[in-house]
Amino acid sequence: MSAVVQLDAIHKTYESSEVPVHAVRGVTLSIAAGEFVAIMGASGSGKSTLMNLLGCLDRPTQGRYLLDGTDVAQLDRNQLADLRNQKLGFVFQGFNLLSRTTARENVELPMLYGRRRFTTKEIHDRALQSLDLVGLRQRADHFPSQLSGGQQQRVAIARALINEPQVLLADEPTGNLDSKTSVEIMGVFQKLNAQGITIVMVTHELDIAHYCKRNLIMRDGRLVSDTAVTDRLNAAAEMQRLLAAEAEAKLTA
Amino acid sequence: MRFINVIKVALRALRRSAMRSVLTALGIIIGVAAVIAMVSIGNGAKSQVEASIASLGQNIITVFPGSMTSGGMRGGWGSASSLTVEDAEAITREVAGIAALSPEMNDRSQVLANGLNWNTTIRGEDISYLDIRLWAIDEGEMFSEADVHSATKVCVIGRTTATQLFQDSDPIGQSLRIRNIPFKVLGVLASKGFNFFGQDQDDVVIIPYTSHLKRIARRPNLNSIIIQAQSPEVMARVQQDITDLLQQRRNGKEPDFTVRNQQELAEAATATTKTMTLLLGAIASVSLVVGGIGIMNIMLVSVTERTREIGIRLAVGAHGRDVLTQFLVEAIILSVMGGALGVALGVGASQIVSKLNNWPVLVSTSAIVGAVGFSALIGIFFGFYPARKAAQLDPIEALRYE
Ligand SMILES: Nc1ncnc2c1ncn2[C@@H]1O[C@H](COP(=O)(O)OP(=O)(O)O)[C@@H](O)[C@H]1O
Ligand SMILES: [Mg+2]
Repeated sequence: MSAVVQLDAIHKTYESSEVPVHAVRGVTLSIAAGEFVAIMGASGSGKSTLMNLLGCLDRPTQGRYLLDGTDVAQLDRNQLADLRNQKLGFVFQGFNLLSRTTARENVELPMLYGRRRFTTKEIHDRALQSLDLVGLRQRADHFPSQLSGGQQQRVAIARALINEPQVLLADEPTGNLDSKTSVEIMGVFQKLNAQGITIVMVTHELDIAHYCKRNLIMRDGRLVSDTAVTDRLNAAAEMQRLLAAEAEAKLTA
Repeated sequence: MRFINVIKVALRALRRSAMRSVLTALGIIIGVAAVIAMVSIGNGAKSQVEASIASLGQNIITVFPGSMTSGGMRGGWGSASSLTVEDAEAITREVAGIAALSPEMNDRSQVLANGLNWNTTIRGEDISYLDIRLWAIDEGEMFSEADVHSATKVCVIGRTTATQLFQDSDPIGQSLRIRNIPFKVLGVLASKGFNFFGQDQDDVVIIPYTSHLKRIARRPNLNSIIIQAQSPEVMARVQQDITDLLQQRRNGKEPDFTVRNQQELAEAATATTKTMTLLLGAIASVSLVVGGIGIMNIMLVSVTERTREIGIRLAVGAHGRDVLTQFLVEAIILSVMGGALGVALGVGASQIVSKLNNWPVLVSTSAIVGAVGFSALIGIFFGFYPARKAAQLDPIEALRYE
């Protein structure tokens, strides 16, 4: 199977601070279509930096990045924007939704900036479909402030999905959520991955990583471990278990 | 991004801080209001002056005693009354291209009739005066050439004088007393309204100039000579010929007369309007610039406040150009709405001025279109820098912004 993401000795050094920070130090990595990868590692190990590089939000200082066969280094600002728009979906730890803008309008955003022009109805319909994928269709007209954290993150996922990207990137998508909501989000990811979307996510929680198919561990800007997940968790089953335990707790209380 | 969406987003952003938007637009509002008021009042004044000039008559040249040099007025019009009936006769005799001429006398005096008392202008004129001024007789008739020849004690009176002295009774055939000399009223003039100096032209008694010279003023000199040229084409030459003739009659002495045409008189009359227009124009332009700077300021604040939003938009695929358009449109909407409010305010102010001063006020569409268009330009000019700043943000930096 051909690699969707191909990293070749990627380095990233931040020059902005007084002392240059060498955040990513030679990462070589290949991710094939349909994979579901979790990147783990201690705080400050360079996970977010790597994700931003993967998401074409930032450029490597050294090394080669082929996204779906295209060398990203050759692209200008606008071409990178188009790449983010068409091939990538990004989910942030802090959701990054536009406030005072409904869930549907937030989801529509990438479609508005696409180079292809759609009619208002097409955009509208696609946004609802996308919200359907994350089970939030009935909340389409709610504002982010009227939604729970898990719901906000699902809106952000719907936004990342609307242009049918090849890779969904998520930097600590469950970082701001409680454990039950986290399982809910992982359930969404597993469903999407089953439909064929490649997912790369960052987490520092071991149990969350167990919902994925492949685990990478970073330390000081380097990949130090790359293992396939053998005892993979199923989010749907896990949710059942949680609900049952909750019900029991209520009975005994 | 489709333009309708750009506008939707801009309007939402402006609505979010409605008060701030209005305050920001205030400079533009005042500037545009000043422009509209200025143009409307100016146009009104101009049309009024034009009407006054037209009511003066056609192709009019006036000779005043006293000289005017390029350095300004010397002696002043009418100060040294050196103009004589002989001058007037010489002009009629020797200058070609004259349609009509009337030697003029001018005085203010108390007039009595019916036991009523009225202070008014006593004009001495020739019979051609009414033709020159395009002035009709409403009732009765004008005095005759014979009356002028023999300096008869007859007069025609303006509408205001008629009302003041005779009230409801018919003035024709009655007599009025000027400096105790009785004059018989032959006719009442049609109403002519105010002239551009704000004088009531109907507040007048017109008598033969000969009668005025002999019985009222009791001096040999005229106050002015009014001349009507045959056509606009001969105006300049006639004016020159009159000047030359009078100069020649003074045997090379310094000129003690001034020859003015209608246009020059109108210009003198509009001089104040022009000053006023300039002043308002200065206020307007300063205010528009200040308004533009206000817009720039608030757009910079807005860009900073919305750095994260910009980051999100860039992250999901917005080009720098999309962000630039977004903020530019916001600035333009702000300034154009300010412009529209300014137009409303300006039109309102002109209407009030018009009501209070009884001036005609002409609100011109071109001024409105121009003002709104200009405010859009201000929006573009002062909105460009903040918008470009937003467009050049780095997506990752913007997303990290707290
Ligand atoms: N914009 C930046 N400028 C300078 N240093 C940075 C910047 N972002 C991250 N770093 C540094 O790079 C290293 C890796 O950071 P990051 O990728 O955020 O780690 P992680 O996401 O694994 O916690 C850290 O030492 C961090 O301080
Ligand atoms: Mg991180």
